[in-house]
Amino acid sequence: MSNITQLIRNTDKPHLIIVGNGMVGHHFIEQLAQLGAHQNYKITVFGEEPNLAYDRVHLSEYFTGKSYHDLAMSEPSFYDNNDIAYETSARVTAIDSLAKNIQLADGREFSFEKLILATGSYPFVPPIKGHDRENTFVYRTLDDLDAIRECAQSAKTGTVVGGGLLGLEAANALKNLGLKTSVVEFAPRLMPVQLDETGGALLRNMISTLGVDVYTATATTQIVAGNDAVHRMEFANGDYLETDLILFSAGIRPQDALAKQAQLKVGERGGIVVNDYCQTSHDDIYAIGECALWEGRIFGLVAPGYSMAKVAANHILGFQGEAFTGADMSTKLKLLGCDVGSIGDAHQTTPSAKRFVYQDDFLNVYRKMVVSEDGTKLLGAVLVGDNSYYDTLLQYYLNGITLPSNPQSLILPVSDGEPVGLGIDMLPATASICSCHNVTKQDIAETISSGSMTLGEVKRVTKASTGCGGCSALLKKVVDNELLALGVEVSTDICEHFSYTRQDLYNLVKIDEIKTFKELLDKYGKGKGCEVCKPAVGNILASVWNDFVLKKEHVSLQDTNDRYLANMQKDGTYSVVPRIPGGEITPDKLIVLGEVAKKYNLYTKITGGQRIDLFGATLSELPHIWEELIAVGFETGQAYGKSVRTVKSCVGSTWCRFGVNDSMTMAIDIENRYKGLRSPHKLKFAVSGCTRECAEAQSKDIGVIATEGGWNLYVCGNGGMKPRHADLFATDLTDQQLITYIDRLLMFYVKTADRLQRTSVWMESLEGGWTT
Amino acid sequence: MSWIKVCSYEDLVANAGIAVKVMDKQVAIFLDPEFNQLFALSNWDPIGKANVMSRGLMAEIEGVLTVASPLYKQKYCLSTGVCIDEDIVLPIWNVKLENDVVWLAPK
Ligand SMILES: Cc1cc2nc3c(=O)[nH]c(=O)nc-3n(C[C@H](O)[C@H](O)[C@H](O)COP(=O)(O)OP(=O)(O)OC[C@H]3O[C@@H](n4cnc5c(N)ncnc54)[C@H](O)[C@@H]3O)c2cc1C
Ligand code: SF4
Repeated sequence: MSNITQLIRNTDKPHLIIVGNGMVGHHFIEQLAQLGAHQNYKITVFGEEPNLAYDRVHLSEYFTGKSYHDLAMSEPSFYDNNDIAYETSARVTAIDSLAKNIQLADGREFSFEKLILATGSYPFVPPIKGHDRENTFVYRTLDDLDAIRECAQSAKTGTVVGGGLLGLEAANALKNLGLKTSVVEFAPRLMPVQLDETGGALLRNMISTLGVDVYTATATTQIVAGNDAVHRMEFANGDYLETDLILFSAGIRPQDALAKQAQLKVGERGGIVVNDYCQTSHDDIYAIGECALWEGRIFGLVAPGYSMAKVAANHILGFQGEAFTGADMSTKLKLLGCDVGSIGDAHQTTPSAKRFVYQDDFLNVYRKMVVSEDGTKLLGAVLVGDNSYYDTLLQYYLNGITLPSNPQSLILPVSDGEPVGLGIDMLPATASICSCHNVTKQDIAETISSGSMTLGEVKRVTKASTGCGGCSALLKKVVDNELLALGVEVSTDICEHFSYTRQDLYNLVKIDEIKTFKELLDKYGKGKGCEVCKPAVGNILASVWNDFVLKKEHVSLQDTNDRYLANMQKDGTYSVVPRIPGGEITPDKLIVLGEVAKKYNLYTKITGGQRIDLFGATLSELPHIWEELIAVGFETGQAYGKSVRTVKSCVGSTWCRFGVNDSMTMAIDIENRYKGLRSPHKLKFAVSGCTRECAEAQSKDIGVIATEGGWNLYVCGNGGMKPRHADLFATDLTDQQLITYIDRLLMFYVKTADRLQRTSVWMESLEGGWTT
Repeated sequence: MSWIKVCSYEDLVANAGIAVKVMDKQVAIFLDPEFNQLFALSNWDPIGKANVMSRGLMAEIEGVLTVASPLYKQKYCLSTGVCIDEDIVLPIWNVKLENDVVWLAPK
């Protein structure tokens, strides 16, 4: 791919050439474009890969459905529009630093005024005998991943050599490709750079339980043909491992071949030596990104590379810019589903440093803080198992904030909600919030005071949180905090179209007898409505007037699930859940469900709510499916929407020898009574036939348990993410009393709860609360 | 520009979307009944990776009319296709209404 013939013209502008079109090379070009560099320079970039720059940080997502286009850093038109010539699949093979020209693999030569080396790094493959056998790979480019994917199709097992950060990411990828995966690490623990011994051991345990075999302190001596698999890896301790695919991830090395050839100064262990402005030993040649060696250090992360790109662009164009001053290498990641975080001096190498450690072998968490001798400053930290503590610790570390008098509170578990946070107010204005794009707290405050009033707007203007995305939670907090400080009221209005709460709207609809969204909007709102107020009002109208929700004037208020009586799945098909009150079903109906599933090739699953879910129906099939189901008496189970779901039930006294009442009949009666009710959030019920509680009624919004004296009613329980035990509301009720009580409770809930508030949260938020 | 006839006005749903197939591509068409204004954009949700945009709710955000993906709720401006939550743009189509017939043309 190239636009070079269109763009390379004879101009007398000096030529600025960039070698390497990776993430940093691309960022450099963005900086040039922003600074209007094409007015002074003719700009050309050569990249060895067949594609223009893409997001290498999220490379693994190429295996989970993203394409090159999803990962691309820009469109080719970005280069055209900014007058930047590019050529891909173009390797630069030599630099003549005296004559100031470069040579491409095909022999073409170009002279330059300024040259920028952004050649990144290459994966290190240990020189083990057999390392170059077929079916061995590295993990760096899209081409690498294509090759791995192809090989994985015929492989059963895969092994990653190297248990560092990238190695574990690669192991996850192999596992997701369906291979039985192993990791072989030379060091005595996983992630030796970031983790200490305890942290490494814990991570190892967690990863092993996920089915990935981990070999630490294991040196591979040679790779030969295997008996049962493609390769046999022989280890120094005499053991061996057979595997079909080998992936080397034993570290990266700066790509400095060109610099060496041009006799630029390179480090002893590689890397192109640069000064604070990213100039190499030749004033007109710069190096940025992973190939550059600054004060003896290589930076294997994207954020420092971006800083270098900015520094170099400013310097070349003669702008007064900042110098490169190094970068923080703290990292937080999710590896194979396990949270891992490492900050600063994780290995406690600072003399006389002290530490706090918290470890829980039951929950698999480990947290360590390394602090200064007097306990006032955070020097480093290690986190395994739960990264929710990371952001706060990082801010203490980066900004040198004095620790609280009980520093251990920063890593101790908390009984509810989030860990102890650092008040955003405590952060200095210079605190870096997004390190990828170097956005400080002050930058955010300034952006907001110059008119960006929403999180999205702040993101767009500052680019904060658009790099690796690790700062998104913190960014939101800072934005909220700044808005609050400016006196922007954090309102309880349901959205920009109605300055009312859900409860207000409910009352307005009822008292003014409002029957449609348009009426309500005309009378009490403004604009056209949005995805928040439309379904909320649609729901209120249905609760109050019980109109058919798909009537012409209501249909545009309904989410797709409500509109098509089925649940949209991630591929855009639907799942259909017919109502089966109380879970009681006849053999004939079961047969019809089976026949329909077979006919339309639907995946079937028994749900936790005692019914049958039919997955994979296309929109066009839904009417046919429903026609067949309705013909035998089924109706929608409303497994969607904010409505009554199921009434779970045990079989009760009819069959069970312990049963004291007919829970089955009661469950069916209740389900038929409340089905179709629209409420602030979904409602689940259950009825048990005795105190053994087989239907788990005490974890439901409405739970009923049979007693010798009638029914006990439990209310506002919840399972799910935040379980809540239901409260006993009344005891020994008759059938009639039971129904009356449930009626009243639901009426009160529908009238007074907030939008999307489950009964459990509603109960706790009621004035006076609930005391038992 | 070559216009293609795709459906009639009756096929549209006020304040909501429908999907049509033209030149082997799925296009979502939305109707704002206030001034009978039509919008047409690709039915493909680039984030959710499915042809579902026509099934999203129409939402006005700070005066801009958008459609919210029914899968992950990102909102796209109906007239430009620009996503307001992510750095992504949906292809849009030229659309017109003539004598109760809806016409599309690629942009
Ligand atoms: C799987 C994976 C996950 C990662 N995750 C993270 C993460 O979570 N956070 C983070 O900060 N970093 C992460 N990284 C590291 C990050 O991707 C790099 O820091 C970043 O890509 C460095 O950018 P660069 O431009 O210096 O090098 P590269 O992106 O490697 O680009 C260099 C380019 O130069 C080209 N090139 C080299 N020599 C020549 C030549 N002679 N002629 C022409 N072209 C040449 C190469 O082909 C390459 O395209 C990850 C890396 C990988 C592989
Ligand atoms: S709850 Fe009681 S009645 Fe119901 S199945 Fe269990 S033991 Fe039997």
